Amino acid sequence: MTALEFLGLLLIVAGFSTLPLLLAVPLIWVERKVAARIQDRFGPNRVGPYGLIQPIADAIKLITKEDITPAGTDKFVYNLAPILSVASVVLMWAAIPLGPNQSLIGVDLEIGVLYIIAVASLGTLAVMMAGWSSNNKYALLGAFRVVAQLVSYEVPLVLSLLIPVLFAGSLSLQDIIIAQHGMWFILMAPLAMLIFFVSAQAETGRAPFDLLEAESELVAGFNIEYSGMKFGLFFAGEFAHVATNGFLIAHLFLGGWQGPGVTFNGPWWSTLLGIFYFVLKASIFYFMSLLLRNSVPRVRIDQLMDFNWKFLVPISIGNLVMTAFLVMITNAAGFGLASYQPLSEATFFELLPVTLVLFLGNVVVLAVIVGTFGRQLREERLTVEAVAAGD
Amino acid sequence: MNILTEWTPIGLFFIIAAVLPAAPILVAQLLNPSKPNDIKLQTYECGVETVGDTWVQFKVQYYIYGIVFLVFDVEMIFLIPWAIAFNELDMFAFWAGFLFIFLLTDALVYAWRKNALEWE
Repeated sequence: MTALEFLGLLLIVAGFSTLPLLLAVPLIWVERKVAARIQDRFGPNRVGPYGLIQPIADAIKLITKEDITPAGTDKFVYNLAPILSVASVVLMWAAIPLGPNQSLIGVDLEIGVLYIIAVASLGTLAVMMAGWSSNNKYALLGAFRVVAQLVSYEVPLVLSLLIPVLFAGSLSLQDIIIAQHGMWFILMAPLAMLIFFVSAQAETGRAPFDLLEAESELVAGFNIEYSGMKFGLFFAGEFAHVATNGFLIAHLFLGGWQGPGVTFNGPWWSTLLGIFYFVLKASIFYFMSLLLRNSVPRVRIDQLMDFNWKFLVPISIGNLVMTAFLVMITNAAGFGLASYQPLSEATFFELLPVTLVLFLGNVVVLAVIVGTFGRQLREERLTVEAVAAGD
Repeated sequence: MNILTEWTPIGLFFIIAAVLPAAPILVAQLLNPSKPNDIKLQTYECGVETVGDTWVQFKVQYYIYGIVFLVFDVEMIFLIPWAIAFNELDMFAFWAGFLFIFLLTDALVYAWRKNALEWE
C-alpha cells in the first residue's frame, strides 16, 4: 500500500468517523421539536429560524461549562468513559453501508453484522467505567442496573438478527441488502423486526427502558458526576447510537437502499436515489423511537429483566426455530429460498409463496404468544383494576 | 479481500475513534473556566454529606444474570455459522440446530424454575 493510498484511506476513515457526531447535531433538534409537539408545546424556536441553531448553541454551552471532576475519582477511567462511549458508535459506522455503491461503506467486512454487535458492546463497557470511576453511590448503582439491562437485551437482539442472516446467507451488510432485491425481509419476518426494534431501544437506553438516565430516580444515573463536554459526548453518543440502530433496522429488514430505480454500483443518480431511500427508511425508525419515547412511562428494573428473560428471549428463540423450520420445509418442497439463489436475482413474485409461508409462521407464533400470555395479562389487569376500584 | 486490506481500515478507525472524541474535550479544556474549590469537588449525594462507603456491596443477582447471558451468548456464537450456511444444507442441519437450541432452551426453563431470573 503506497503512501498516497494510505493517505486516501485515512481521509475516508476520518470522513466516516466524523459523520456520527455531525449527525447527532440535527438529531438533537429533531428530538426536541418532536417531543415538544407531542407534549403540545412548541419546542426551541428562538435560536435561529424554527430553533435550528439550538443544537449548536447547546454544543457551545457544553464546551464552555466548567469541567468539575470530583475528588476521589479514578481519573484515567473517568476520562476514558465518554471517549469510549462515542468511539463505540464511530466504530459501528465503519461497517454500515450508506448507499448502493461499494465506495459508500467504510469497510465491507465479511463479518459485518457480528462486528457491529461486538462494537456496540463497547458502549456497555463505557457505562460501567463511568459508574465505577465516579466515586458515587448513585452512579455505581445506576451503572450496575444499566449494565444488567444492556447485557441482557443483547440476547434477543442477536437472536432476531440471525433471521436476516439466515435468509441472506451472509453476515456482510451489503450482501444482506443486495439479497433484498426481490422481497424485503420485513415481509418474511415481521416479528423478528419487532423484537429487534424493542431490543435496540433497550440497548441504547431509550424509553421506556431509560433507567440509564432515569431523570427522576437515581438522579441521572451513571453520568451524575459528568459535566461539560464529557456529558455532552455521552449525550451525543446516545443520539448517534439510536440513529445507527435505525440504520441497522433499515438495512436488515427494510432493504436498506433498495427501491425502484436503484441498481448496485449504478450511475450517480441511482446512487443518490438509493441514499434517499435509505435515509427515508432510517428516519421512519428514528421517528418511531421518538414517538415511543414520548408516549410510554418508564418500566421498573424488575419488570425490565422479566420482560427480557421471560418474554423476549423465549419468543425470539421460538421465532428463530419456527423460521428455520419453515425455510427448511420450503427448501425441501422446492419453492424456498434455496431454489432462487442468488437472492439478488429473484423477483418479487418468485419469492411471494415463501414469503406467505414465513409470514403465516410469524402469525402462528404471535397467536401462541397472545394465547399463552394473554390470559395471564388479562388476569393481572383485572386484579389491578379491582384493587384500584376498591380504594 | 485478504486480511490486510479488510482490517487495516478498521485499525485506522480504532485509532481515529479514540482520538476524535478527545478533540471536543480538549477544546473544552481550553475554553472553559476552571475554579475548583473544596465544596464543588465533593461527591454528589442530593446535597448532603455522603453516608458510608462509596463502593457499595455488589448484589449477587447481577452475577447470575451475567452467567445466564454468558450461556446464551455462547449459544448465539454457535448459531451464527448455522444460520449462514442454512440455505445450502439439507434437512438434517435444521434438526441438529434444533437439538442444540432445545437443550439451551431447557437451560432457560431450568433457570426460570429455580428462580434464578428473579430480580430480588
